[in-house]
Formats: sequence, C-alpha cells, structure tokens
Amino acid sequence: MGALREAWKRPGLRALVWQCAAALLVLGLLLWIWGNVTGNLARRNLGIDFGFIAGQASFEFGENLVGYRPGDSFVWAFAAGLANTVQVALVGILLTTVLAVMLALMRLSPNRLAARIAWLWIEAVRNTPLLLQLLFWHQLLIRQLPGPRQALQLLPDVFLSNRGLVLPVAEMQPAFTAAALVLAAGVIAACFLPRGLRRNGVLAALTVTLLVFWAGAAPIEISRPELRGFNFQGGLSFSPEFVALVIALVVYQAGFMAETLRSGILGVARGQTEAAASLGLRRAQALRLVIFPQALRIVIPPVTSQYLSLTKNSSLAVVIGYPDLVRVSQVTISETGRAVECIIILLLVYLSLSLVTAVLMNSYNRRIMARGGAR
Amino acid sequence: MRRWTGGLFDSVPNAVVSLLLLWLLWHAGVGFWDWAVTRATLDATTAEQCARRGGACWAFLADRWRLILFGPYPYTQQWRPALALAIFLVLVAATAAPPNWKKPGRIRALGLAWFAGLPAMGVLMAGGLFGLPAVPLRLWGGLPLTMMLASLGVALAFVLAVLLALGRVCAMPLIRMLCIFYIEFFRGVPLIALLFLVAVLFPYLVPPGWTMDILLRAQLAFALFFAAYMAEAIRGGLQAIPAGQYLAAASLGMGYWQAHVRIILPQALRTVIPSLVNIFIAAFKDTSLVVVISMMDLLGAANASTAEAKWWGLYIEPYLFVAMIYLAFCSAMSAYSRALERRLGVGVR
Repeated sequence: MGALREAWKRPGLRALVWQCAAALLVLGLLLWIWGNVTGNLARRNLGIDFGFIAGQASFEFGENLVGYRPGDSFVWAFAAGLANTVQVALVGILLTTVLAVMLALMRLSPNRLAARIAWLWIEAVRNTPLLLQLLFWHQLLIRQLPGPRQALQLLPDVFLSNRGLVLPVAEMQPAFTAAALVLAAGVIAACFLPRGLRRNGVLAALTVTLLVFWAGAAPIEISRPELRGFNFQGGLSFSPEFVALVIALVVYQAGFMAETLRSGILGVARGQTEAAASLGLRRAQALRLVIFPQALRIVIPPVTSQYLSLTKNSSLAVVIGYPDLVRVSQVTISETGRAVECIIILLLVYLSLSLVTAVLMNSYNRRIMARGGAR
Repeated sequence: MRRWTGGLFDSVPNAVVSLLLLWLLWHAGVGFWDWAVTRATLDATTAEQCARRGGACWAFLADRWRLILFGPYPYTQQWRPALALAIFLVLVAATAAPPNWKKPGRIRALGLAWFAGLPAMGVLMAGGLFGLPAVPLRLWGGLPLTMMLASLGVALAFVLAVLLALGRVCAMPLIRMLCIFYIEFFRGVPLIALLFLVAVLFPYLVPPGWTMDILLRAQLAFALFFAAYMAEAIRGGLQAIPAGQYLAAASLGMGYWQAHVRIILPQALRTVIPSLVNIFIAAFKDTSLVVVISMMDLLGAANASTAEAKWWGLYIEPYLFVAMIYLAFCSAMSAYSRALERRLGVGVR
C-alpha cells in the first residue's frame, strides 16, 4: 500500500493514469452511443448505409449553380446545396468586408454626427438576433416590394421585385472557361517565382489570359433581363430568399466586424498617426500607408473567425426556405428517412469548410506576420 | 453651441457630409413619425382595418402582447411565468452588482437567495404543487423560455467550459487532444445542425425507451455548444496568468486542484468576465434558433402571434416589439460588460 502511495506521487505515473482514465471514459461513451445507434437502426431494419446518396432525389429547388434537377442523385443535390452555401458565404464575406470598413471609418471619423450614427447602427444590429433580422428582411422583400411589372430599377437593367433581383450577365461561352483556366494556372505559376519577379509573372499571366480570350471569344453577348408575362426572363436572377439572406448576414456581421476593425485601427500606436502627420501625410494617406498595414496584422485572427461564423450562420437559410446544405439534408431526411447519414454528412461538410478556411487564413496570417517581422 | 456643432462644420467636406447625414436623418425621422404616429391605428380588430390607414398597427400589439411575451402558456396562469421572470431578474441584478461581491455576509445571502429562488421559479413555471395547476414543458414559451434556455445553458456550459479550458492547457497530451477535439468540433458546426441533431437523432443515440422533452434536449445542445466558446475565452484568461503564480502555488506545497481552485482560477476568471458576458449575450440571441425545431421562444411566439386570420400579414409590429426586448436586454448586458471591463482594469494592470 505504501509503495502504491509512493508511486502515486510520481507525476509521470499520475499523468498516465489520468490520461488512460479520460481515454477510457471517452471511448466508453462513444462505444455506448455507437451501440445505441446500431441497435436502434437494426430494430428499425436499417443499417448505416451511405448507398442511398446514389439514388434519385425527387425534390426540386429553384436556384443552384451546379444545375441539379429533380431526378438527379442525392449526391448532386448535396453538391447543389453546398454550392449555394458557398455562394452565399462568398458574396456575404465580400460585401460584409466593404460595409464593415465603411462603418469602422464612420465610427472613427472626426465628424461627430457620422460617428454617432454608425455607433447607433452597430449597436442596433449587434444586439438583436440574426434570425429576427433575417425573417424581417425576408418578409419585407416578399411583402413590400412591387411585382415584376412595377419592379424597382436600381441601375440600368438591374431590377428588384418581390420575385428577387435580376442582373444582366454575359452569356457563357467556352472562351471564358479557357481564360479562367489560363489565369488560374498563371497565378499559381507566379506564386513559385522568386519574390522580385512575382509582379512581372502576374502581369504576364494577365496578358496571356487577355490574348487567349481575345483569340477565342465570340462577340460578347449580354443577356439582359426582360419582362415577359409575369416574370423576368434572361439575365442572372437571385431569389428573394438569397437576397434576404445576404442582406441579413451582411448587415449583422458587418456590425461585429466594424468593431473589430475599429479596435484594430485604434490598436496601432498613437505615435504612428502622429509620425505620419508630421511627415505631412494627409489623413487618407496616413490611413492607407501607415495605419491599415499595421492594423491588418492585429485584425486578421478575429476577422477570420468572423468569416467562419458568417459561413456557419448562413445555415439559418433553412428558416426562410433557401436551399442551402442544411435545407437539402432536411428534405433528404424526410424523403429517405436516412437521418443518421444525412446529419453525419452535414457535420462533416461544415467541419471541413471551417478547417479549410482556418488553414488558409492561418497561412495568410503567418505570411503577414513574417513580413512584419522581417522589417 | 460649439459643443454641439464641434467637428461638424469645421471644414468644407465635413460640412457636406454633415448636411447629407442631417438630411437623411430628417427624412428617416419624418417617415418613421408618419408611420408610427400619424397614420398608426390604435383601435382596430383586424389587420385589414389597420392596412386602410397604412401606418403601424398598434392595436395588434395591444391585443397580442401577452401571447408574444409568454407563448402558449395558459392565459389565466401567465402571472406565474411573469413572477418567475421577475424573481430571476432581481436575483441576477443583485448578483451582478459589484458591491455585493465584497462582503462575505452578502455573498452568503446571495447564495441562499439563489438556493431558494431556483426551486421557487421551477415550481411557479411547472406547477403541480401548492394548488398550482401543472403546466407541461411543451406549453412553456416566450421571454421566460428564452431567458431559461440562455441562462441555464450558459450556467451548465460554464462548468464544462472550466474543465475543458483546464484540459486544453494542461501538460497531458491525450487530455489536451481530447479537449481540443471537443472545442474545435463544436466551434466548427453551426448551432442549427446541432439542434437538428438533438431533435431528429436523439432517439437513435440513446437506448430504446429513453425519452427526454425537446426543450431539455435543446437546453443540452446549447450547453454543449456554448461550452466550447466559453472554454476558449477561459483559456485566454488562464494563459494570461504569469508563470510566477503557478510557481508560487507549487512552492507553498499546493497540488494541482488546490492551486487552481485557490490561486489560478479566481484570477483567470476575473479577467474573462467581460468576454463571458459577451458569450451570454450571444447565447441570449442564439436561443432564437429554437424556432427551427418549432419551439415557441420569444421569436417563435412573435411568429405565431400573426397566425390567426384576423392579424394575418402583419410582421413589422411583432418583429419590432421583440427586437426592442432583445435590444433592451442585450444592450444593458453589453453596457454592464463594458463597465465591468473598466472596473476590473483588464489590459491596464
């Protein structure tokens, strides 16, 4: 007994025992859950089987980038849902960043009225639930906007109505794909060039891209939305659900990001602003050349997590019926009864989205930090 | 005069911006006044009568505010959730006031008050005792439900989060890995997916015959979810503790738990109170997601309040009403968090 007590005092052994206990506990819990799941499935004459995703999906949803139609496989439906999620996330991230920079600058502006208004706006959007804002924007769009015949014209050929937003778009032709591929290859190749040559490399890639496009392109035809019957035909159209989702995500998330950017800008030492002023730089120049590059390093980690939370928040789309990933799995569950498999797919996809974003932003962060360190 | 116009008209571009903003404000204000006062309807029995005047339909709120605040809770019994909510708010306010933290006597009184208050609130809500009719969980709703989901969820999450944060920074690689895995998993998935999981998958995850009300399952999901975020906040606090504190505790002969409970955690938690309050604000807003599993929290009740034919089609009034409630609670909490931050002197020490 005494020997045992002596041994327990050795930190190494103690750590080992604790870790084994924790591992056994977690393993036991997982095995218990796994046993329950398989037992419950067996009782319903089901097994875990991802084979169903090759089967035909019969539901339809309006808009998707990958061209899914009822009758295609469930894999394709999930891909369409994922594409919609990514689309919302990308558009949202872009617009959020723009709005957040504007709000942050307003908040820091010497004009007290502008600063106050920005403060009020930010407080209001940050302190109400995103879901509430989303429902509000959705109702506003479908109830308050006129029908397509009296659509609001925002810009030439850009119409907003209760059927959504339509934009003119260039007709797709093979030259676009070719040019995009050349550009991507060129930019990737340029990344491997030594730093001094990189700018020239990118320029060369751009030139080649333009040449390819010029050589291969048929005359560019713009597809313009036109009112035919009860709705617009042609052009690029977005449903009211998409527009509501993007507006809600952008308005909500920009409030948070504006505060992050503001604290990043304020986090740059005051001496830097004074030094810039004493060099005779204007406020705009000082911001662009001195403050922003340094603030960028402070704000990248929090902004990354805000981009991620925007992506995850886009799952609220399911509430207004926008066909994102969550919605697809929900409909698939009700069509096939494969709840376990669908939720596993859902969790894995979101986890990998988070992981990919985190890895990309971390490497970007490291580069920025390294550049600052090498000064 | 200068105090009010200072910074507004001191240069030409500034003056232009100011005038533009004033013009926008004027228009927004006039539009709002027109909608909320001039063309508003105070006595109407249907949405149509309101629509004829084209302004706000305050008659709807006068008719439906109790449904929005208390959800499907039996109408004649709604004084019970109201009283429970009042007790809860008084207790929270008393606990949140920093002067009450100093004297041991007051701390003991607070502990006793919570000890008596929690069962009292439970009895008030659930009934079945002292002649109060029993009210099943599925009829709970509105603001009390929102408050309960958020505060109970965060309270449970806190306990788990402290353990996770300690595991996340401890020296044992396996435990650290498990904690990292937990935290990253729950931070990587959207809350909605988790709510679906507990709503749809729960019967598969437990032995047959186990049942649990959907409200408690949602409560559990919130606790597990917020624990991951709180653990990261607490980790920040733990890492800000100077190594000397650990060494000092060790040199006094304290073991791991003794050192952490007496020396490390009190300091670490003190510095992260503001970020924990912020997580609570996020939780308070995020509980509105229970709408997707068709529960009637504040937002769900607002949605349901226009389901009846006579009020069908209204949406600005109920949403504005609940938005004001959320706004009031959240801005009060964030003002508190900022005040606390100043008081604790985080980042200044």
